[in-house]
Amino acid sequence: MTASVLARPRTSAATAPARRPRRRLGPGRAVPFAAALGPLLLLALWAVGSAAGWLDSRTLSAPWTVVTTAGELIADGRLQDNLAVSAQRAGLGLAIGTVIGTVLALISGLSRWGEAVLDGPVQIKRAIPGVALIPLLVLWLGIGEQMKITTIVLGVFVPVYIHTHNGLRSIDSRYVELGESLRLRPAVFLRRIVLPGALPGFLLGMRFAVVGAWLSLVVVEQINSTSGIGYMMELARQYGQTDIIIVGLVLYGLLGLLSDGAVRLVQRRALSWRRTLAD
Amino acid sequence: MATHPGGLTSTRTVRIRGLRRRFGSRTVLDGLDLEIGAGEFVALLGRSGSGKSTLLRALAGLDRDVAGSGLIDVPEKSSVVFQDARLLPWQHVLDNVVLGLPAPDAPQRGRAALAEVGLAGREQAWPHQLSGGEQQRVALARALVSEPELLLADEPFGALDALTRLRMHDLLRELCARHRPAVLLVTHDVDEAVTLADRVLVIDQGRITVDTAIDLAAPRSHRQPQFLAYRESLLQALGVDHTEG
Ligand SMILES: Nc1ncnc2c1ncn2[C@@H]1O[C@H](COP(=O)(O)OP(=O)(O)OP(=O)(O)O)[C@@H](O)[C@H]1O
Ligand SMILES: [Mg+2]
Repeated sequence: MTASVLARPRTSAATAPARRPRRRLGPGRAVPFAAALGPLLLLALWAVGSAAGWLDSRTLSAPWTVVTTAGELIADGRLQDNLAVSAQRAGLGLAIGTVIGTVLALISGLSRWGEAVLDGPVQIKRAIPGVALIPLLVLWLGIGEQMKITTIVLGVFVPVYIHTHNGLRSIDSRYVELGESLRLRPAVFLRRIVLPGALPGFLLGMRFAVVGAWLSLVVVEQINSTSGIGYMMELARQYGQTDIIIVGLVLYGLLGLLSDGAVRLVQRRALSWRRTLAD
Repeated sequence: MATHPGGLTSTRTVRIRGLRRRFGSRTVLDGLDLEIGAGEFVALLGRSGSGKSTLLRALAGLDRDVAGSGLIDVPEKSSVVFQDARLLPWQHVLDNVVLGLPAPDAPQRGRAALAEVGLAGREQAWPHQLSGGEQQRVALARALVSEPELLLADEPFGALDALTRLRMHDLLRELCARHRPAVLLVTHDVDEAVTLADRVLVIDQGRITVDTAIDLAAPRSHRQPQFLAYRESLLQALGVDHTEG
């Protein structure tokens, strides 16, 4: 009895320093369902608040009301129709903006002259909030689809440009030297070294861009629209229907999350050659 | 002293005359002359900062921004092995090997080159999945797959541990015996130079100051008295004070 009591501290003293776990510097193991945890908590608060009567339904409809309303909107087809219009706008703006941003980034990333000419204007555009340009765009393009898509394009191309350009500029010069030593043709150099080297930057830009596309969409759809989720919400505001407004908000949120998730999926696939902290 | 024993080989692969390179007011290469015969293995020794890399980069045509003059005559088909393996992290090993190989049979040749360096079966690995020595072997495969007439290597084994380095020596010797490129190997390791090279040069004050043909029987080792004699005199030329036997 006494022997074991005495013996224990001695052995632990002898082995403890060797066994002390190394402090890990990465963020640690992944928490299961980490992404869903926060939102679920909020949802629970909202449900409890509504059930207990702390939340007036004119201020914020209860979750179940929102669900029923969503069901009705789907049943009469309004939701799908408006969603289709919105998705088309965002998709078109995103596509055009991505192409413009990428092409500009390539021009300015691959030539000093291109950078001198292009970088300044893009930085200026970056400093001006997209909303601030809408009055001008309305004057130039009217209030139709053209103005809406142009606004989205303007919101999209900037992050794509900034991050792709940065990706291009930060390609290790040792790889450029390698290309020179192998006498790569410019096309091969571009395809094998420049584009893959800039891909992480481009994809990061895309993550900002998809969010930006939905953001711009919200703004333009609440100005003189006759269709789209934003229009649906604006109409609901006039009639004080918070449930429909929340359906719209949830929809925007879902669309944003889904599209960001899609880009992240592409990111994981396309950048599987990387070892990063996140893995 | 600055002229090498001529007539070793009749065909010259490299010819350099009066090479000068300057960084600001600091002259690093000062009228350097050098010739390398076809298939000749030349090792270049020199103190740190003596201009070894500067010379090698000049031969590789990688110093367009450096001020200087002189005649450089090197074959079009030359390859460089850097101190770091310099593999593109976003390309599989095989694609790294055949990078810049426009031949239609590039994949087959790449596979063969990888097999030669003992990496058959690792074609589809990512570079970061290989050890340092394996990465450097991929770099060797990439350099030799184009069958260069000149191989330029700047301390290619400098980052490897001693044991791996010995293995790489055997591999390099074997590969060079098979492909017969002329080689200019920059190193700070006298043993490496004496083990591998047909000729050892020492660069100092911007010129080649020592040019010794190494005439040693095939399995070269420290046990050969001649080996030690070469080693001794090269260390002396490098100005290393040493007392070990
Ligand atoms: N890009 C550069 N700009 C300015 N000075 C340089 C540059 N590259 C080399 N030098 C200088 O030229 C000299 C020779 O450099 P070099 O890299 O050729 O030396 P080295 O013999 O390869 O040395 P080490 O054995 O340390 O690699 C050094 O003094 C270095 O500071
Ligand atoms: Mg060097």
